[in-house]
Amino acid sequence: MEERAKVQIKGIREGLLITVFNDDWPDAKSALQEQIKQQSEFLQGGRLILDVGNHVIRAAELGQLRDMLTDDGLALWAVLSKSPITEQNAQSLGLATRINKPLPERTTHSIETALTGEEAVLVRRTLRSGFSLQNSGHIVVIGDVNPGGEIVAGGDVVVWGRLRGMVHAGAEGNEEAVVCAMDLTPTQLRIAGHIATTPKRRGKVHPEMARIVDGQVVAIPWQPKTK
Amino acid sequence: MNDKVFTITSGKGGVGKTTATANLATALAVDGKRVVCIDADIGLRNLDVVLGLENRIVYDLVDVVEGRCRLRQAMIRDKRLPNLFLIPAAQTRDKTAVSPSDMVRLIDELRRESDWILIDSPAGIERGFRNAIAPADVVVVITNPEISAVRDADRIIGLIEAEEKGPARLVLNRIRPEMVKRDDMLSPDDVLELLAVELIGIVPEDDQVILSTNRGVPIVLDGKSKAGQAFRNIASRLEGQKVPFLELESSNGFFGRISRMMGAGGD
Repeated sequence: MEERAKVQIKGIREGLLITVFNDDWPDAKSALQEQIKQQSEFLQGGRLILDVGNHVIRAAELGQLRDMLTDDGLALWAVLSKSPITEQNAQSLGLATRINKPLPERTTHSIETALTGEEAVLVRRTLRSGFSLQNSGHIVVIGDVNPGGEIVAGGDVVVWGRLRGMVHAGAEGNEEAVVCAMDLTPTQLRIAGHIATTPKRRGKVHPEMARIVDGQVVAIPWQPKTK
Repeated sequence: MNDKVFTITSGKGGVGKTTATANLATALAVDGKRVVCIDADIGLRNLDVVLGLENRIVYDLVDVVEGRCRLRQAMIRDKRLPNLFLIPAAQTRDKTAVSPSDMVRLIDELRRESDWILIDSPAGIERGFRNAIAPADVVVVITNPEISAVRDADRIIGLIEAEEKGPARLVLNRIRPEMVKRDDMLSPDDVLELLAVELIGIVPEDDQVILSTNRGVPIVLDGKSKAGQAFRNIASRLEGQKVPFLELESSNGFFGRISRMMGAGGD
């Protein structure tokens, strides 16, 4: 009976909404599997919308879930989440993350022009030694980050100034995260599980962007159109 | 009301807080102002030694705070300048003997009868530091051109901002122009680029400072010392005067130009 409380299945206009309540993600996941097994006949042919609440779920895990549902003859259409990282991961798998939009069949010929964007915090000051800034979304700083200061973001980090402290982007495991700064010379730069330090710079300072390419943190000039 | 309470602090120890306090207080007193300097480094007092007043201590800061004496009784008059006073720290107690609100009360009492009040802060960012900055109108941060000292200065400036004590002012102490020129030492520009606060003085390294400290005679009283001149300039800037910075790069000075010209002629 307790299992039932963790997962709720409800028919809505857009399809079948499955809500997973906040718990340990592994627990919630096994409860979800259990429910789907029990009710697979009732669910057959339906379009599934999965609401995972605050859980941060990696793209690989979402993929597994989708494949598991496919094995059961179910189609996962959308993943709803309060976490921008989960949303981004779902989008990267081609899953919808909003259900109040018109159904995709009807929108194939129209162009979506209203963008929703992702959550970020903006800080307009210099982070001096000893100060720390943490956010599960993206972080934008207008000012410098001095040695001894630190930034930890679930998503990307953009510094309009000199970045000389410690910076960790994609701190919850997002390897697609990037770090951009006008002067990118952090004492240490981390993206997801990768760690890099800044080589001694000679020559002119120019804006740079760091990202992971083939498992290595690399910095490239940050120019218009760099994505 | 104009600013009259200045706290001198640094974060890192040994960068010259006490030397700066003694010299700025003396320089302001030489200008005829009534100056009180306070040693807030309870347990590790030094300011009395640098001013040469160690043997005159009867009562100290903690005695005042705990009501064992009146404020006037703890004010030691300088032996050279009758309008300069020192309130020494207790040597046998620690920082917890005084609270930030004690300091604010004590300084409020002093404000009425002083033109300038200078507080010598202990190193660190704990209670002693908070005691020292609580009553300040302006906080002056001293640093040396070394990475570690500058890092601590940055941290301290951040804490001062967080305490809403207004923008800190910076004194860069013990700079060696010849090393800066060779790129072996951080330049004032390097330090300012990081700290981004108002610079009110650059003091050159000067062996005479050690002698003056040992003798208990502040270097500002030595008319020939470059460090003494630098401290006199800082005092004038605190008084609101516009004073140009010392030309520290001796080779760019008058004699430097002359010798270069002669060198060029000889070629």
